[in-house]
Amino acid sequence: MKFGTNLILPVLDWVDYRLPVFSYARDNLIDYPTPKNLNYWWNFGSLAGILLMIMIITGFFLAINYSPHTEFAFASVEHVMRDVNYGWLLRFMHSNGASMFFVLVYIHMFRGLYYGSYKAPRELLWIIGVCIYLAMMGTAFMGYVLPWGQMSYWGATVITSLFSAVPIIGDTIVTWLWGGFVIDNNTLTRFFVGHYLMPAVIYMLVIVHMWALHQHKSNNPLGVDMKSTADSIPFHPYYTIKDMFGLGVFMIIYMGIVFFAPDMFGEPDNYIEANPLVTPPHIVPEWYFLPFYAILRSIENKLVGVIAMFAGVGILFALPWMDRCRVRSAKFRPIYRQFFWIFVFDCLVLGYIGAQAAVEPYVTIGRIATAYYFAHFLIVCPMICKFEKPLEPPESISSAILKSEQEKTAKGAG
Amino acid sequence: MSDETANGSGDDGEDRRDFLQLATYTVGAVGAALATWPIIDSINPPADVLALSSTEVDIEPIEEGQSITVVWRGRPVFIRHRTADEIEQAVSVSLADLPDPQSDADRTQKPEWLIMVGVCTHLGCIPIGQRETEPKGEFGGWFCPCHGSHYDTSGRIRKGPAPANLEVPAYSFLTDTTIKIG
Ligand code: HEM
Ligand code: FES
Repeated sequence: MKFGTNLILPVLDWVDYRLPVFSYARDNLIDYPTPKNLNYWWNFGSLAGILLMIMIITGFFLAINYSPHTEFAFASVEHVMRDVNYGWLLRFMHSNGASMFFVLVYIHMFRGLYYGSYKAPRELLWIIGVCIYLAMMGTAFMGYVLPWGQMSYWGATVITSLFSAVPIIGDTIVTWLWGGFVIDNNTLTRFFVGHYLMPAVIYMLVIVHMWALHQHKSNNPLGVDMKSTADSIPFHPYYTIKDMFGLGVFMIIYMGIVFFAPDMFGEPDNYIEANPLVTPPHIVPEWYFLPFYAILRSIENKLVGVIAMFAGVGILFALPWMDRCRVRSAKFRPIYRQFFWIFVFDCLVLGYIGAQAAVEPYVTIGRIATAYYFAHFLIVCPMICKFEKPLEPPESISSAILKSEQEKTAKGAG
Repeated sequence: MSDETANGSGDDGEDRRDFLQLATYTVGAVGAALATWPIIDSINPPADVLALSSTEVDIEPIEEGQSITVVWRGRPVFIRHRTADEIEQAVSVSLADLPDPQSDADRTQKPEWLIMVGVCTHLGCIPIGQRETEPKGEFGGWFCPCHGSHYDTSGRIRKGPAPANLEVPAYSFLTDTTIKIG
């Protein structure tokens, strides 16, 4: 890289020759060839990355004022809210940020499902994504325990007890997680440390995710590979500006919630300090866990229920091998496209059921929705790819754009 | 794979090198495995947690049909003074009807006193039914609202996702009216 010959720029050249950060940034952020036809569903990855930074920063400043001890935790969070300058802002940005993080990542994942972004050669990219998702769930769960309210405590009890279903070593695992025979100070300290550590792990996973992404570059709404320079545009300024615009829209929504409805996602019970002797009558996990919670509860047997719940996430790892249709984008898959929406609906039903008490008719609906969830991956996807006749995708991205432009002009002229 | 000049004796030298290599890996692997134990053990319950051993309770004031909850090792223990009716219900069930078969006699030392850890064996919530006004589930004992487990008047699981009966802790009657749990 050659910056020039005035006083400052040669220093940059000197650095770049020894540590090519500037060349790297140019290759991956500026000149980086990006499909020219990405739509707004492609904004969510970069949004998630920015929100990860927001979470790490607000989290750090919260941790400065927080005491990870059962006697002080609840009070220290109230101290953040009332006494610390802008503590309320940090806390509400962090707690609502977690919810928004899941909103973004869920959209990001459904985008991948719709456009077949998990297919060759992006299987590992997808799998790393699922690892990120798992790490996020662990982080969010441990973070929710820290305020030491009633929901923190009992949510932690129920979730950690899931591991007691593991045959033979289950109880040992739970004792390890707890550091005792009940959830207590030992549990709180290890969760605090875990919650501080995990985002660093997520950060590293995101780097690997980007590494894999940049190997074969982004997929796109047509699902055909970039074949020539006519198919791509440089990342900067086209997508930097588009991502910034998306960020603006997102921040309006996110900060709107932070300022005007900061407890929208929260549970009132978590403003009651943890009491190990009283379980709240209706325990619900955070909304982003609800579909999996519904799967857990729809199965009567404890071990099978727990296995099904983890399988609900784990099955995403196998998706690239369940759906082997060569055509990526649902745009050209008339049957898959319909089942995609049925699957989205099924996930929403599961989420709704997860929030209800375990009584009829919710139990039965939950069972059907659970069965369908797994059937989508194990039966529907493989079957569609056997029987569906996909439409012919266009030759290339640029030819498709050219064609639609020509049609437009033809119409305009006629 | 190697040229035979270095060790001179060809195959012999290779065997010896393979053996040394294998031995080194093995010792290294065993050493690494052993070194992880102190780390794993450090997350086990520490000595002060283990030391929280027993609790003594005076059960004299508990009237028939009443329950109290005491704390033992940080967990609630239900102590119920059962009515004749409840005992009758608990005893009359056939073991074949139970998901986790256990006779009432196996769960009590004196039939009128039912003592057990009040932690649902499903995922650890505290069942309700201790207070007179609380729902007691379909079998007249306890009900766990978290995911709907029903326990009978002997604290045995009858319906719902919990796999086992409420745990009976080790306890003994010090006198007729005092018990020691743990
Ligand atoms: C912290 C969470 C995550 C971050 C920061 C992140 C970031 C990104 C970014 C910036 C992109 C490129 C832009 C885009 O295509 O939207 C991307 C692409 C991708 N991500 Fe993620 N991601 C995250 C989680 C996930 C998860 C949970 C999955 C799937 C389970 C996933 C699957 C993918 C796939 C398949 C692509 C390639 C998409 C394509 O080019 O069509 N990601 N990710
Ligand atoms: S914890 Fe009691 S039913 Fe699940």
